[in-house]
Amino acid sequence: MPAILQVKNLKTHFFTDAGVVKAVDGVSFDVQAGETLAIVGESGSGKSITALSILGLIPSPPGEIIDGEVIFDGRDLLELSDEEVREVRGNQIAMIFQEPMTSLNPVLTIGEQVAEPIEVHKNLPRDAAMARCVELLAKVQISDGENRARDYPHQFSGGMRQRVMIAMALSCSPKLIISDEPTTALDVTVQAQVLELLKELTQEQGAAQILITHDLGVVARYADHVNVMYAGRIVESGTAISIYDDPRHPYTIGLMASIPNLDDDVKEKLIPIEGQPPNLAKLPPGCPFRPRCRHAIDRCAVERPELETVADEHKKACWIDVNGQ
Amino acid sequence: MQTYLIRRLLALIPTLFFASIIVFSVIRLIPGDIIDLMLSENDFGASDRETRAQITEALGLHEPIYVQYLVWAKKLVLHGDLGNSLWQDTPVIDDIKARLPYTLELGALGLFFALVIAIPIGIYSAIHQETLGDHVGRTISILGLSIPSFWLGTMVVIMPAIWWGWSTPTGAVPFLDDPIRNLQVFLTPSLILGLALSAVTMRMTRTMMLEVLRQDYIRTAWAKGLKERVIILRHAMKNALIPVITLIGLFVPILIGGTVIIEQIFTIPGIGQLLLESVSARDYPVITGIFLVVGLIVIATNLVVDLCYGFLDPKVRYDD
Repeated sequence: MPAILQVKNLKTHFFTDAGVVKAVDGVSFDVQAGETLAIVGESGSGKSITALSILGLIPSPPGEIIDGEVIFDGRDLLELSDEEVREVRGNQIAMIFQEPMTSLNPVLTIGEQVAEPIEVHKNLPRDAAMARCVELLAKVQISDGENRARDYPHQFSGGMRQRVMIAMALSCSPKLIISDEPTTALDVTVQAQVLELLKELTQEQGAAQILITHDLGVVARYADHVNVMYAGRIVESGTAISIYDDPRHPYTIGLMASIPNLDDDVKEKLIPIEGQPPNLAKLPPGCPFRPRCRHAIDRCAVERPELETVADEHKKACWIDVNGQ
Repeated sequence: MQTYLIRRLLALIPTLFFASIIVFSVIRLIPGDIIDLMLSENDFGASDRETRAQITEALGLHEPIYVQYLVWAKKLVLHGDLGNSLWQDTPVIDDIKARLPYTLELGALGLFFALVIAIPIGIYSAIHQETLGDHVGRTISILGLSIPSFWLGTMVVIMPAIWWGWSTPTGAVPFLDDPIRNLQVFLTPSLILGLALSAVTMRMTRTMMLEVLRQDYIRTAWAKGLKERVIILRHAMKNALIPVITLIGLFVPILIGGTVIIEQIFTIPGIGQLLLESVSARDYPVITGIFLVVGLIVIATNLVVDLCYGFLDPKVRYDD
């Protein structure tokens, strides 16, 4: 299957008063057509910045993509003119954001906002775009779309707003949908609904998805491939099954150990990952996870490990083979 | 909406009642009353007791102040009569009617210029934050804030006259009689009036725009592939202008205060000039009448501003 998106050595840095923050520092991955790739990591690991970089939505200044390629449909998005990038945004690659409460414009109706990309990219007149909007609202299970399209965001609940965002993202039948923590701000019961809907509709349209999340439960259920990010780099990547069954990076192993399991003895304590994520403006040499790693060896303090293949489609960036020990 | 309007209009009554009491009594506290002025004008000694008593009685000023107020209020409520000028004996309402259009025009044009200057510069400054254009815009804004309009007005009248023997046209005519002449006369004074207000508006627009441009929904708009122009005009501006509308409501009293000075400098026979004349002449009914009308205008414009929120901000609804 051909890769629909290839990210190669992407580096996005922020030039701040406190120094250069290397938010994304040499990230490479492929997304195959129709698959769901999950990017997992703590806050500040660079997953959202990776997503925003793909669409060129990094606030600049202070942010800047200093290196790398983002090949989509045979073209490097980072080389395109503003106008050409606009053609891709919302049309071929759509994005769903974390905060449904603030991601919709409070002074425009739902209909205006959902119909907007259709008008712009498909050159449809207002009525036709509105008709399509009502269809889309029905798809995301918002009934009475004709009337609801005239309502404003504050008249919708959080879950409904996120479904509106999904409708908006699907409006131009994109080839790729990037969802940046789409359910983090929602109630647990609503989370599942939204994710199911998202999965169903992306599959129906044959779109690929990049799902950014810190929820490993979500990953297991919805992702085909997983990239685990730490301090601006991918530290482990593989199929969802291989990452779950056989995690190789101490960080991934730590993440797994900190998930509560319903079958476990309730008296057993969860094992957290000690320490804090590193300050990206002052990264020490060597592996950035070293200060929190219980397996660290001398070499970790000096050399930063690169991703290397451990098994079929499974890569890790670590000097030691933790499971081998 | 209807209930809201009725409620607001009913609230006008107590507001105007208290305002009228304050105005009615405070102007009578200014040292030197109208009788003194009339006596000296007609070469009577201030000590001419008999004449003094005669005039006082003729003007109805011999009564205690609350009686005077009740007489005045009764006429106003029953007949819509603001009384007569103590000097000319002409109805106050006619004086105000003749002068008010000039002041309203000056104020409206001033507000128009303030917004036309301020909003584009404010938006430009916000989009091009920390660039040369932004700094120039903000410097002009600080200048506008710090230069008093009476000084600027005086300079604009005097300097061209000294340098080029040219002065701003005077002799205001009603707009409907001769629109071109009217606008010629009003252009400079309203521009000066607007300039001072544009400074505040510009800073407010810039700040609000910067705030709005950081919002998540602006990022959503970018992610949709919209043009910058559409994002600014359609997605950002409406949100950013809501607080600016509040400012406009607050401007109305400032504008009216400003017209008093500007009308004087540019000899526009508006209500500001009338106010100044009648305060010097202690023409109590005229002063009271003007304040009442001005109060009404301020309250009415603020009501309009409040109603504007309903159109701009969908969260504001006036039906209960």
